[in-house]
Amino acid sequence: MSGNPDKQTKGALLEVDDLRVTFPTRTGLVQAVRGVSFSLGRERLGIVGESGSGKSQTGRAIMGLTSPQAQVSAKKLSFDGIDLLSAPPRERRALRGNRIAMILQDPKYSLDPVMTIGRQIVETLRTHEKVSKAEARERALEMLRAVQIRDPARVFDLHPHEVSGGMGQRAMIAMMLIAGPELMIADEPTSALDVTVQLDVLNILDKLVAERGMGLIFISHDLRLVSSFCDRVVVMYAGKVVEQLKASELRDARHPYTRGLLNCMPRIGFERHPLPVLDRKPEWAA
Amino acid sequence: MSVAENQAAAGRGSARAVSILSSLGRFLVIAVTTYLGLLAVTFFIGRVIPIDPVLAVLGDRAPTAVVERTRREMGLDLPLIEQFYIYVKSALSGDFGTSVLTTNPVMSDIRRVFPATIELATLGTIIGAVFGVPLGVLAAVRRGSFIDQIARVIGLIGYSVPIFWLGLLGLVLFYAKLQWVAFPARLDVVYEYTFTPITGFYLLDAAMQGQWDVFYDAYRHIILPASLLGYFALAYISRMTRSFMLNEMAQEYIVAARAKGLSETRIIWGHALRNAAVPMVTVIALSYASLLEGSVLTETVFSWPGIGLYITNSLTNADMNAVLGGTIIIGSVFIGINLLSDLLYRLLDPRTKAG
Repeated sequence: MSGNPDKQTKGALLEVDDLRVTFPTRTGLVQAVRGVSFSLGRERLGIVGESGSGKSQTGRAIMGLTSPQAQVSAKKLSFDGIDLLSAPPRERRALRGNRIAMILQDPKYSLDPVMTIGRQIVETLRTHEKVSKAEARERALEMLRAVQIRDPARVFDLHPHEVSGGMGQRAMIAMMLIAGPELMIADEPTSALDVTVQLDVLNILDKLVAERGMGLIFISHDLRLVSSFCDRVVVMYAGKVVEQLKASELRDARHPYTRGLLNCMPRIGFERHPLPVLDRKPEWAA
Repeated sequence: MSVAENQAAAGRGSARAVSILSSLGRFLVIAVTTYLGLLAVTFFIGRVIPIDPVLAVLGDRAPTAVVERTRREMGLDLPLIEQFYIYVKSALSGDFGTSVLTTNPVMSDIRRVFPATIELATLGTIIGAVFGVPLGVLAAVRRGSFIDQIARVIGLIGYSVPIFWLGLLGLVLFYAKLQWVAFPARLDVVYEYTFTPITGFYLLDAAMQGQWDVFYDAYRHIILPASLLGYFALAYISRMTRSFMLNEMAQEYIVAARAKGLSETRIIWGHALRNAAVPMVTVIALSYASLLEGSVLTETVFSWPGIGLYITNSLTNADMNAVLGGTIIIGSVFIGINLLSDLLYRLLDPRTKAG
């Protein structure tokens, strides 16, 4: 299955300029994302940062899944020439799952526990394309095969609690890829998985994204993973982009925060006491 | 599907049948134990309360010899454990003795009054669920909106206003003033003699016999008390639905469903409510069971010859056979409904199926 040719575009697929997400709280406004800018073609962009750095909220703002009480503003937030902020809700919904999709962290919680895996995959497809039930089932099975599930017909009828985490996340990928999106936002897609299956799932994701020529935003706190997996890396701190660079040039990172993140990684054969602690300087967030 | 897949599917089917059978077996064990406990408690109550069954039958002017003979005839001179054995044996065969008040066997009295309560409670629960669930869902989805406030007020009134007051008010308005409903009773007097109930559920009986005028009359009599009970069930059910729905709507799979591009309607009714339905079953079953106890106040206000009224009357007349018999029947129904809701729970939630 190849992506629809009419969906092809030139230039940037996604443009984000000065994105801000603000939550009202009891103690006043909290800015989760404070002026994030980047643009994305059909490439793999990693967004890295610690918890609370605003990386997930950036992804959700692009999806249009920010919670209703929060405010989203940007100088520009456009996908394939569509201005996302001024697009009516109906149009944004038509984009979700169909052209922009998102993989969530933990399949244990992100799959509906009372619906079979097959039905959840079929549901995505039939929301966006008029296909018969039989055809939808066929395509869902094909999709399950594409995420390397060996016995698709069996897994199709299983409920999420009956499969392992790795298999659940593959089902999640199948569910989000079946309508053939052009942009995939993967929000910590492997953080909840066993280390041994993390790589399997990543390889499947990588292969499918490459085959379909999709754009990928890979959100993670794992710098090592991101640098090996993505073309470009955006490093976020306190809602801001502190550094943006090619994954291959990560070792030459300038910003002290990025350097700090890199230094956190243990290396085999080098014992370190005391363990390094991340520097957090208020002026980086200013 | 290949042959192997078919076999696998069949294997899963029979495995599931086995698991349902085994859980049924477990339920039966639980039911029997609970039932025995119920019998023990009622037996004990019957022995410790200061009502002498012999006195209740003979009155206080009978000669001592007669009293002694009756006591022996009633088996009251036997050891307690033997009395309990006889009690359990007769209770299991549906024999709860004779009502002093009505002089009928208690069982036949209950067979007469219980359907009236069941009919009222069933209709009330249906009304409560049909209106309460959507109201709770809307209140949860539009949290803090006007409809949420309305639902809150409805719930508050349902929790705090006494039912007999609302019942009397309803009678004044809908019966006395507007004439929309009929007076307190199950049927008009005219039909009392022309209509022979079969099951005791008048609406059902009338429909089965094709007596549509009786059906309409029974409907006019039942609709006000049923709506009233329904309203109180609604207050409870809508509050619970709201809180279950708020809980489900905050789950990650709802975010995933939105990321798939599903409509809010589909997310709410197809995903969130489907998940909230699992605990809702228990809530609705419990509210049904509590209505089945017979709401004495409603039955009194509406002259409804149900089990609540029957037990209250028996109690004020020291008719212990009737009281204990009625208690056991209500207890059994409670056990039955609990089992049913457990089974439904299993059916609705795939996570509970596997061993």
